[in-house]
Amino acid sequence: MENRKLVKDIPEQDLIVPVRAEGRLARALDSDIFYSWRTSPVTVVATFVALSLILLAVFAPLIAPYNPFNPASLNLMDGFTPPASTGAFTDNYFLMGADNQGRDVLSTIMYGSRVSLFVGILATLFAMTLGVSLGLIAGYNGGTIDAVIMRVTDIQLSFPAILIALLIFGIARGLIPANQQESMAVWVLILAIGLSNWAQFARTVRGATMVERQKDYVSAARIMGVHPILILLRHVLPNVLGPVLVIGTISLALAIIEEATLSFLGVGVPPTQPSLGTLIRIGQQFLFSGEWWILFFPAVTLIALALSVNLLGDWLRDALNPKLR
Amino acid sequence: MTKTLLDVRGLSRRFDVSQPWLNRKIEGTGKLYVNAVDDVSFTVKQGETFALVGESGSGKSTIARLIVGLLNPSGGDIVFDGTSLKDGLNGAKARALRRRFQMIFQDPLASLNPRWRVVDIVAEPLRVFERAMSNRDQRLRVGELLTLVGLAPEDGVKFPHQFSGGQRQRIAIARALAANPDFIVCDEPTSALDVSVQAQILNLMKDLQKDFGLTYVFISHNLQVVRHMANDIGVLYLGRLAEVAEAGALFDAPKHPYTRMLLDAVPDIEMTGRRRKQVEGEIPSPIDPPSGCAFHPRCPFANDRCKRDVPKVLAGVACHAVQEGRIS
Amino acid sequence: MTEPLLSVRNLTVEFPTRRGILTAVQDISFDIMPGEVLGVVGESGAGKSMTGSAIMGLIDRPGRIAQGEVILQGRRIDNLPDAEMRKIRGRKIGMIFQDPLTSLNPLYRISEQLIETIRTHLPLSETEARKKAIGLLDDVGIPDASRRIDDYPHQFSGGMRQRVVIALALCAGPDLVIADEPTTALDVSVQAQIIDVMKRLCAENGASIMLVTHDMGVIAETADCVAVMYAGRIAEIGPVRDVIKDAQHPYSSGLMGAIPRLGANLDRLTQIPGSMPRLSAIPRGCAFNPRCPHVMDKCHIDQPQAVQTAPGRRVACWLYPPQDSTGTNAERQTAQ
Repeated sequence: MENRKLVKDIPEQDLIVPVRAEGRLARALDSDIFYSWRTSPVTVVATFVALSLILLAVFAPLIAPYNPFNPASLNLMDGFTPPASTGAFTDNYFLMGADNQGRDVLSTIMYGSRVSLFVGILATLFAMTLGVSLGLIAGYNGGTIDAVIMRVTDIQLSFPAILIALLIFGIARGLIPANQQESMAVWVLILAIGLSNWAQFARTVRGATMVERQKDYVSAARIMGVHPILILLRHVLPNVLGPVLVIGTISLALAIIEEATLSFLGVGVPPTQPSLGTLIRIGQQFLFSGEWWILFFPAVTLIALALSVNLLGDWLRDALNPKLR
Repeated sequence: MTKTLLDVRGLSRRFDVSQPWLNRKIEGTGKLYVNAVDDVSFTVKQGETFALVGESGSGKSTIARLIVGLLNPSGGDIVFDGTSLKDGLNGAKARALRRRFQMIFQDPLASLNPRWRVVDIVAEPLRVFERAMSNRDQRLRVGELLTLVGLAPEDGVKFPHQFSGGQRQRIAIARALAANPDFIVCDEPTSALDVSVQAQILNLMKDLQKDFGLTYVFISHNLQVVRHMANDIGVLYLGRLAEVAEAGALFDAPKHPYTRMLLDAVPDIEMTGRRRKQVEGEIPSPIDPPSGCAFHPRCPFANDRCKRDVPKVLAGVACHAVQEGRIS
Repeated sequence: MTEPLLSVRNLTVEFPTRRGILTAVQDISFDIMPGEVLGVVGESGAGKSMTGSAIMGLIDRPGRIAQGEVILQGRRIDNLPDAEMRKIRGRKIGMIFQDPLTSLNPLYRISEQLIETIRTHLPLSETEARKKAIGLLDDVGIPDASRRIDDYPHQFSGGMRQRVVIALALCAGPDLVIADEPTTALDVSVQAQIIDVMKRLCAENGASIMLVTHDMGVIAETADCVAVMYAGRIAEIGPVRDVIKDAQHPYSSGLMGAIPRLGANLDRLTQIPGSMPRLSAIPRGCAFNPRCPHVMDKCHIDQPQAVQTAPGRRVACWLYPPQDSTGTNAERQTAQ
């Protein structure tokens, strides 16, 4: 069928929709979200804390004073050097002191945050992908599929996440051959933490999807016969991402803590690539013998990281909530 | 003689409003159904407007959704240009048919995806039905459509929230027209709009109908608007047709007591001194409708037969009192 | 001449936002006489609901009354502390909103809410208050009131719920009832019943009504006077019959023409081009100038002031320029 000519007497170049008018950056800087960020001092501080910790972790190999995992740069005799002093046997300066093996605590924290963030972010992304997909399917289809997925989330949510992570970790340990366990440990950890966190995403996305599905822009697409998968990806998904981002940020903080807990319990990453949790576990042995810094600095870093990410999540939730605006 | 484009025959739709399975088993309650639409028949002629009027719970929006295929009927049939839509649409034939009908919704904000730019919204039917169309041609077509409905091509780069209610409804109309449909179901298209904007949209819809020979099914609760738009009118009460008639006849000589009551309830804007007639009672819940003729508890002419038997639509009216000659 | 019950003088309501101050209501003045029904009509964004909220002292922060006075029975009430204002709401001013559920608490029985409100404002015992509440429900047309008074709000239908709200608004015998879109959420066949009940009871109690609505039909049936609002200002105010039959402001006459009628089957409706401006983009001069068929150069520059064109009738439009030598000037002075 030929499209009928709709408008006469206007040249084509005046009728065509221009490609794009305004810049994205200008729009972002003028947006309400940026405004609410700018006017919340707590959030600005949290952003800077989180960003600096992340940058320190990412660029650890470039900026850390020492490589704590290079045996050549270590001297056991520097062990237990207090903060802000020089080692007894080398000329190495330890801003945050040295641990029992003579490793610079500042450097181990920077390398440790790297592991913590890597595990936390990947686990959250995994949980997000899984949860969002299941939530979209459950919310859009309803019926039996929805009931099955939601009962699974109910069961999952009625156990503490850490218990589920421990369980999955244990199962994975049993399945993986011993010689690969150390190299696979980080991935098992990501899988375990991810699988213990997806239910939040699924439940929220399912609710938001059920709301969006009822809206008439979805009806309009259905009348045209657009495939359900395309409707989910192109129409529904962009409109349920707001809450997903909020939960994502908060569950990132949770995942970092969860990783620390598992590592603290000794079931997390191997001691050869310690995370913040491993550092805290090592440090707590020396707390009562007076070498407080080995525990104190990693713990403060973990708290700062988790708290700042959590505050960002709180702000994001308020900023995206139209009722509070 | 004008050709019949849409033929609705004995259309019914039942909704399951039961409690969830577990609750039913525990509380020992049975399944619960609502007959949202019950045995409704009417025909729509090509190039004309058929209006469905009714108050809340009348089933008018359900009928709209049944026609465009958003819901499946529980009974009866919908025949569009000779093709039955009863068994759902599939394959190439379905695409050719779907292309011909479109819908305009009540809330223009909810009917436009807030995350999409207007150009993408209006071009959506083109991407579905004109897959070969180049991006440039799409933008040209969208620019034409926006101009046609009284907006500017430059508006295409904006997002829906940057427009007023009336402008949003124009965008929705542009999208509806994009793939050259000849049949549009309009579900309360102006009831979310202000009066002065409503007039603009109604005029635009009339102009478009004239220019492109469109056929409308127009759903509304507003009798004045229906009077302005429709050639034929169906009056719905609790899921059943009370009266079907040509617009002039319906307004000049309403037959069904409910139609008379509705007309009496229209505010007297001309200040002729006519008092709005006091209407008794309220619309019953569709979950537990009255027996017989659903209107009998509010009807001044009801007798025992009305409480017992559901009246059939005869000569456009479903009323025992009219059929027995008790009222003229 | 009798004193007006309510006098609004040069009322201006502003909302400071990060992009500047938005003026939702600008410099409006009107009187409501005892027993009178004033309709305030306008489209969304006209400032009609905001006017009602300002009179009741219910403007949400950061909005504020930037200028002007609200005088109830000779007493200025716009600058009263919250506690004082709460006493006036209910006792002197009754409120009816579009959604009955904003006035009724879904967790309490109707009887508890009515009795509490009655006893807050009137020195009655529990039993007396209950008797009065039942009487009120009877008055607003709730069948079997003595039994239904102990029901919860959700057990009533929409129309019945709005009747309960009317009873609640009237229970302390207020002198003024402010009704904001009281029938908008209701079906046509129920609308007339509610309007009737409201009008009858207010007349019996001698209460005035300020009826805020977008529905010209409801105004035509109910009001004595009508104020047509546009972009936060009163475009035209006068006796309802005059304004409907012979609108003077181009906006009100356009509005009247835009309403489809049962009687006349016109091919086209009169349409006003464009739409109500957003508060952040109100045009300079007369706010209606981009949509006005009679626009003149002056309309782009200066805001027209309200001018008396007939007794009790004022229009803010340059088609009716103020005349210095006649009495209309005096009216203009008071309006400023």
